[in-house]
Amino acid sequence: MTSQAQPGLWPPSGPEIVFLLLGVVALGSALLVVTTRRLVHAALWLVVCFGALAGCYLVLTAEFVAWVQVLIYVGAIVVLLLFGIMLTRAPIGRSADLDSGNRWAAAVVGVATAGVLVSVVVSGFHTAYTPLEPGQGAAGTLGSSVFRTWVLPFEVLSVLLLSALIGAIALSRTDIGGRE
Amino acid sequence: MIAIVALIILLPFAAAVAGLLGAKVGTGRRGGGSRTESSGAAAGRRAAWFAITAAAASAVLTLWLALRPALDLPTGAASRPGGAGFWDSFLPGRVEGALTLIETGSLPISVSLRGDGLSVLTGILVVMVALAVQVYSVGYMRGEPRYPSYSAFIGLFTSAMLLVVYAGDLIVLYVGWEIMGICSYLLIGHWWEDRANSRAAVKAFLVTRLGDVGFLFGIFTLGMAAGSFRIDDVLRADIPTGTLIAATLLLLMGVAGKSAQVPLQTWLPDAMAGPTPISALIHAATMVAAGVFVVARLYPLFLGARPTLDVLAVIAAIGMLGAALAALAQDDLKRVLAYSTISQLAYMAGALAAGVRGAAGLAGLSGLSGLSGLSGPDVPYGPDLSEGDVVFGGIGPPGVHGLGEVGGDEAAIFHLLSHGAFKALLFLCAGAVIHHAGSNLMSRMGGLRTALPVTFWTMTIGFAALMGLPPASGFFSKNAVISVIEDSDGVVQPFLYGSALLTVGVTGAYATRAWLRTFFGPAQPRGEPQPEPLPEEPREEPLTEVLPGTAAHVSDGREAPRSMLWPIGVLAVPALLLGFTWPWVAGRGVMGSGVGWGSAMIDLVVALLGAGIVYALWRGDPVRDPARLLGPFRVPCERAFYVDTVYAALVARPMLRLARGVVRADERVIDGAVRGSGRAAIGLSGVVRLVQNGNAQLYVTGLVAGLLLIAVAAAVVLA
Amino acid sequence: MHIVYPVVVSALLFSIGVYGVLARRNAILVLMSVELMLNAVNLNLVAFDVWLRDRLHSGQVLTLFVIVIAAAEVGLGLAIVLAVFRTRRTIDVDRLRALSENAAGTDDESGDGDGGGDREGDRNGGGSRGTVASGGGEAAT
Repeated sequence: MTSQAQPGLWPPSGPEIVFLLLGVVALGSALLVVTTRRLVHAALWLVVCFGALAGCYLVLTAEFVAWVQVLIYVGAIVVLLLFGIMLTRAPIGRSADLDSGNRWAAAVVGVATAGVLVSVVVSGFHTAYTPLEPGQGAAGTLGSSVFRTWVLPFEVLSVLLLSALIGAIALSRTDIGGRE
Repeated sequence: MIAIVALIILLPFAAAVAGLLGAKVGTGRRGGGSRTESSGAAAGRRAAWFAITAAAASAVLTLWLALRPALDLPTGAASRPGGAGFWDSFLPGRVEGALTLIETGSLPISVSLRGDGLSVLTGILVVMVALAVQVYSVGYMRGEPRYPSYSAFIGLFTSAMLLVVYAGDLIVLYVGWEIMGICSYLLIGHWWEDRANSRAAVKAFLVTRLGDVGFLFGIFTLGMAAGSFRIDDVLRADIPTGTLIAATLLLLMGVAGKSAQVPLQTWLPDAMAGPTPISALIHAATMVAAGVFVVARLYPLFLGARPTLDVLAVIAAIGMLGAALAALAQDDLKRVLAYSTISQLAYMAGALAAGVRGAAGLAGLSGLSGLSGLSGPDVPYGPDLSEGDVVFGGIGPPGVHGLGEVGGDEAAIFHLLSHGAFKALLFLCAGAVIHHAGSNLMSRMGGLRTALPVTFWTMTIGFAALMGLPPASGFFSKNAVISVIEDSDGVVQPFLYGSALLTVGVTGAYATRAWLRTFFGPAQPRGEPQPEPLPEEPREEPLTEVLPGTAAHVSDGREAPRSMLWPIGVLAVPALLLGFTWPWVAGRGVMGSGVGWGSAMIDLVVALLGAGIVYALWRGDPVRDPARLLGPFRVPCERAFYVDTVYAALVARPMLRLARGVVRADERVIDGAVRGSGRAAIGLSGVVRLVQNGNAQLYVTGLVAGLLLIAVAAAVVLA
Repeated sequence: MHIVYPVVVSALLFSIGVYGVLARRNAILVLMSVELMLNAVNLNLVAFDVWLRDRLHSGQVLTLFVIVIAAAEVGLGLAIVLAVFRTRRTIDVDRLRALSENAAGTDDESGDGDGGGDREGDRNGGGSRGTVASGGGEAAT
C-alpha cells in the first residue's frame, strides 16, 4: 500500500491540490447549508457541495460514483428536498428562526466531533499514501463487480426501494388513516 | 398415679372451659328475649356448679394422693447436700411422667409432670383455697352478670398454679407461671368498667412481667448449665457457683415479682381492686405462693448460691417491716391485709434466705426421728444458738435437742400453708364484713361484733394466727420461721432477725388495730342505707356506681349468706389447728419439736406488746384511729413510703417521656426522613425532568456528546 | 494521493452534518444535514477503496448502495415531514414535543416515546392536540 518512494505531505502534488480545493469548496458550501438563513439557499448550497464532492470522487478516480452522485444527489435528492420545502410552505426569503435554541450546544458538540474525528484520522492515516491509477472506478469495472459479487445485496436493495416507495405513499396519502 | 396428677390439674381447666363455653348455651336456648336476666343468673349458677364440682374433685384427688403411704418412684438421690426434702417424711417418693419430649434443636423440653411431697402439700393448699373461694363467690358475687367468665378464670388460675406446683420441667413451670400472670390481670380487672381497676390490673401484669423476664432468663441459664430443663436433672446437675448465683438471682427477680417482694411489691396493694375472693385466692393460694414455692422447689440450688440468699434476706428484711408499718397506717381493710401479705411473704422469704437445711428430711428418711443432736455435716447452725432453745418435747424427754431442726424451706412452706389458710380466711371474712358494711374503709366500720357473730369469731381466729398467738397455726409457723432466721449464719442475719422481731410487734399492732376498729367501738352508720331485700330475690348490684377502693362493689345488710359462711368456717379450722398437725406432716411426730419455746416466748411477748400499745391507745379514745401512734410517720406509712411515687417519678414518668420522645422522633425524624427522601426524589426528578422536554434535538445532542465522552475516555484509558 | 486529505475532509463534513442535525429546526434542513453526513461517509468509502485497491471494489459499490438508500431515506423522510406538516402545521422539530412528559400528561393517552406521538396526532384529528403539545413545549422552554 505505501510505496517505497512516498512523497511528503507538503508540498501537495497536483491532484492533491485539486482535491483540496474541491474539498474546501465542499466544506464551505456545507457550512453555508447549515448556517444560511434562507431555506432555498440551503438547498442550492447543497447542490454546490454535492457537485464539489463529485469532483472529489473524480480526482479519486471513482468516476462512476461521481456521475451517480451528480445524477442522484444533485438531480434527484435535491429536487426532492426542494419539493419538500415548497410543500411545507416554507418562506422563500430570509427567515430568522431556522436555528433552534440548541444551537450553541450543537456548535460545541460539532466542534468536539470534528476534533475527535480529525485527530483520530490524522493520527491513524497520516502516513497512508497511494498513487492514483485511473480506471479503477470505471463503469465497466464497477458494473461487473456489482452484478457478480454484489448481486444479492443489489437485489435486496431493490426490495428496500420498493418498500420505501410503498411507505412514502402510505405516509403521504391522507385517505389512508391509521388504526382506529 | 401420674394420671391422677394430670387430672388434678386438668379438672379445673376443663371446668373453666365448660363454664365459659357451656354455661350460656343451654340457658340461651331455654330463655330468650325477656328472660335474659334469669338466663344470665342460670348461666352463672351452672358455671358455679361446674367450677365447684371440678374444684371439689381436684381437692378429693389431691387428698387421696396425700393419704397414700408413698409415691411410686423412690426419691431421687441428689448429689447436692440435702437432696431429700423435709416433705419426704410426709409423703416419700415421687411420681413423674412425661407426655412428650419437644425437640427444640438445642435443649429438649419435656412436657412432664412431677408429684412429690412438696407438690402435694402445696397442692392441698391450692385446691382447698380454690374450692373455698369458688363456694364463697357464689354468695359474694350474686347477681354478677359476668359470673361464668369470673369462675372460669378462677378455675384457670387454679389450674395454672397446680401446673406450677406439679411441673416436672422448668419450661412447663414457666407456662403455668405465665398463665397465672394473665389470670391475675383478668381477675383483678374483673370490674374493668372502672378505669382504676383496669389500671391496677395492668400494673399487676406489668410489674410481675418485669420479674418474669428475669425468671425466664434464670430458667435458661439453669437449663443451659444443667443441660436439661427437667427439674430433677437441674437439681442433680453440678453447676458452677458463678452460674448458679447468676441463675438464682435472675430467678429471684421473678420470685420477687410474683410474691410481691420489695422492689416489685407495688402491684399487690393495688390488686385489691379485684373482687375480694380474688384477693383471697391471689394472696393465699396461687399467685404469691408461687414465688415461695419455686424457691422451695429449687432450694438446693439456692443453698449453693449464698449471695443470692443474702440478697433475698435483705429484700425480706426490708419488705416485712416496711409492709407491716404500711399496714398499720392503712384505713382500707383490704389494703391492711394486702400489706400484711407482703409482710408475711417476706417472712417466708426470710426463712428461705436463712439458708438452713433442716435435718428433718434426713431423719424422716432414716427413721431416726427420736435421736437427738444429729445434724448433718452441712447443717449450718452453731451449737450456741441451739443451746438457748428449750425444745419442748410433748412425748420425748425434755431438753433433747431437736433432731427436728427446721430447715429454711420447711419453715417457709409451713408458713406458706398456715398463712394460706389464715389469710384466705381473713380475706373471706373481710369480704363478709365489706359485704355488710358497704365500704372497704375501717373508719366506716365498727361495732360489727354483734351484727356478724360468725364472721367476728372466725376473723378473730385469723387475726390471732396472723399475730402468732399460741393456739393458732400462725404461732407455730411464725416461730419456725423466726427460729430458722435466728439459726442463720448469713451476713445479714442480725439485720434480718431484728427486722423479723420488730415486725412481729408491728404485726400485733396492726392486727389488733384492724380487729378493734372493725368489730368494736361505736357502730358507724351504713355507707348506703338500703331497704332490706327479700332473701330469695336476686338483687341487682349497683356495680359501677360505687367507687372502688372506697366502697365495696357488693353490700348487704345481713350477715353473709350461707355459701359465704361455710368456706369461712371450714377455713377457720386449719387456720386454728394446722400448727398441731404439722409435726406429723413434717415427719417428726412430736408436738412442738422444733419449736424453740424460748424464742417463741420472745415473739409472743413482742406481739402482745404491739397489740397492747394499740389496745391502750384505742381504749383511750375508741373513735380515733390507733394508727396515730405512728405520729409524723403515719402519712409516709400510709403511702407505703412513697414507693409508688418514687417509681412513678423514676420509672413511669421518664418512661412516658421517653415514649413520647420516641413517638416524636418517629414522627419527625423517621417519618420525616421517609417523606423527605420521597420529596427529595420528587424534587430531584423534577430537575432531571426539565431535560425531558420532548425536544428530540436536545436528546440527540446529549447522545452525541455522551458518545464523544465515551470515545475520548476510551482513548485516554486505552492509551 | 495522501489518504489523510480525503478522510480529514470527510471528518469535517461529517461534523458539519452533526452540527446541522443538532442546530437546525426546520425538518427539511435536518434532512439536508443528514445527507451531508451520508456524503461524508461516501467520501470515506471511496477514499479507502482507492487506498486499499480492493479487487471487489466494495468501497465504491457500497457508496452506490448508500446513495440509493439515501434516496429512499429522503423520500420517506419527506413523506413523514409532509405528514407532520399536515397535522401540526409546522415542521419545526423543537416544537414537536409529543415526547415530553408534560404533553403526555395533558393528554389522556400516555405518550409513548418511540415516534408514536405523530400517529397519535393523526388519530386525535390534528389541530387541538398539536397546539396543546406545542404550547406545553413553549412553556417548558
